Amino acid sequence: MTIAPASAAKSYQWRRPLEAVFLPVAALLVALVIFGIFCTLAGANPLGVYASIYKAAFGSWSAWQNTLIRASPLMLTALCTALPARLGLVIIGNEGALVIGGLAAAIAGLTVGASLPPVLGQCTMAIAAIIAGGLWIMLAGALRHYRGVNETISSLLLNYIAIALINHLVEGPMRDAEFVTKPSSAELNEALWMGTLPGSRIHYGLVYGLIACVIAYVLIQRTTFGFAARTAGGNIRAARVAGLPVGKLTLAICFLGGSCAGLAGMVEVAAVQKRINESLVSNYGYAGILVAFVSRHNPLATILVAVLLGGILASGGILQRSHDLPDATVLVFQGIVFLCVLFSDSLYGRLPWFQEKPVA
Amino acid sequence: MATEALGWWGVPLGILAGTLRGSAPFLFVSLGECLTEKSGKINLGLEGTLLMGAMSAYGVAYLSQGTLGDFWAPWLGVLAAGVAGMSLGAINGWLAQQPRVNDVAVGIAMIIFGSGLAFFLGKPFIQPQAPQLFTFQWGAWSSTPAVQSALKVSPLFLIGVAIAPIMQWFFRSTRWGLYIRAVGDSPEAARAMGISIFKVRFLSIMAGSFLAGIGGACLSLYFPGVWTERISSGQGLMAVALVIFARWNPLQCLWASLLFGGAQALGPAFQSVGINAYYYLFNAAPYILTLLIMIITCSPKRTLVGAPGALGKED
Repeated sequence: MTIAPASAAKSYQWRRPLEAVFLPVAALLVALVIFGIFCTLAGANPLGVYASIYKAAFGSWSAWQNTLIRASPLMLTALCTALPARLGLVIIGNEGALVIGGLAAAIAGLTVGASLPPVLGQCTMAIAAIIAGGLWIMLAGALRHYRGVNETISSLLLNYIAIALINHLVEGPMRDAEFVTKPSSAELNEALWMGTLPGSRIHYGLVYGLIACVIAYVLIQRTTFGFAARTAGGNIRAARVAGLPVGKLTLAICFLGGSCAGLAGMVEVAAVQKRINESLVSNYGYAGILVAFVSRHNPLATILVAVLLGGILASGGILQRSHDLPDATVLVFQGIVFLCVLFSDSLYGRLPWFQEKPVA
Repeated sequence: MATEALGWWGVPLGILAGTLRGSAPFLFVSLGECLTEKSGKINLGLEGTLLMGAMSAYGVAYLSQGTLGDFWAPWLGVLAAGVAGMSLGAINGWLAQQPRVNDVAVGIAMIIFGSGLAFFLGKPFIQPQAPQLFTFQWGAWSSTPAVQSALKVSPLFLIGVAIAPIMQWFFRSTRWGLYIRAVGDSPEAARAMGISIFKVRFLSIMAGSFLAGIGGACLSLYFPGVWTERISSGQGLMAVALVIFARWNPLQCLWASLLFGGAQALGPAFQSVGINAYYYLFNAAPYILTLLIMIITCSPKRTLVGAPGALGKED
């Protein structure tokens, strides 16, 4: 490549970072158009559908609250994919880590009961969830490092095993015989329920999500650990030559990712379900994978994308009620967005407008 | 099922029945994945393909029931499942070969997109009963109803069993088989031979998805023979592990599928003799089995015997 003279390169420098903003936004817009065509084919008015999604997601304070309630577990589960991705690992065990975290939180909460002050009790639940979720994904990382097992497949299998495990526990050993609606554990003591932010219905899970994303960002971008992880993710052989402990890094980053998803499980148990049953398996894990990929594994962008997707999830009900579209419409939309964003990845460096022009 | 009369014999019989029924989708999906991976690409999206296939087969069989009758309508459904799978495969095959696009990520996106589309289009078909494929009654000699129902064998299963050796022969002895292996093992050599890598991989992914779609038809038109949103429960993904276990060898895919079908039948077989306590844990048997197999067969130090050379590598 020819190196342009300093003055000529300078005038185009601002275009490079713009590419990283332009491409995802363009991908989202293209996805919206394709989704509109899809809605038209399904017999709904696309403009009406867009308007409904906007109204249900961001149209009012009440809509914003619905959106943010859904965004908080998404931020946490997205980190489960985004953190290991910086090391070049594709982990999709988010759902399983969430379930295991929720299970650990419920067991801790039921054991503690009202014996501790509420704050300490909730901390115990959170710590149990963080450790359980972290170990769950660390297992996938360990299998990868020590046995060369593909981490994508193993983490996915762990999802099914986790779901089978809670189904087994709530049907048998943990079942609350008095609760007949569906097989569930006993209810958490009221002292352990997660409170809401003053003046809203939004629970403190949102704060957990925001803090986790900021910590993850600092960890990856501003610490030696993050630098080592990014180096190993860029070129694993070079990292080994440089003496980086690749095995320890793999285990640590998988633990951190899993602990975030585990915390999401604790939030769901303490703030929403109040007990544990099959409703804990509510696709936040799989949606988290999407959030991680759309935000290009950047923890700060994750916050934004999680809010966007939270809004889309919040609009599922209204699409069904006022446009007669099945609830899977939201899933189709997610799929279209994901495919468009992946395609946009291939365009980096291929659009001439964003490149520094070599001066002839 | 009247397995109570058989006592403990119900367990092996149940496992046999489950193997005959449950291995058909594994067989088709793993053969499809084997074909795709031989060309050097992983298709993780087969879970979505499987669901789409199951839905298309069921929907088409139900809708064409009036014009084609109960015998031919399901066969049209099988064809529709293959075509639906192939269409998803076309998206996957094109997108996964763009520069800087990770084929694992494309697979995850295709799972979300395929299952979303299948649930969206399949909503009206959850209630109605579609005509089922006929079965060979190989248990007619027995007077025990349990044996009779266990030995109902689907023609699709037999087709799958036939495809395995044919695919083996295809890879070993035909020009196209050689092309696919060349592209999968050493793209540079293939390019030097004048083979279009893009075309071979694109067609391999489409053909593999066609087979996976038919795997979906096995689910909705044979066993369990209904269309619900939970019908595939990860079978499309287990197929990826199954192909690793089978060392990218179509004949071994057949044995591995039988093993997985049998593992899947453990929970229901024990339930039929009254052991309910560990129902969900037995149902997790295929996943645990897959994980154990991968732990035992993989190694960090060497690539696996039989693995296509270019598999999972950026090009």
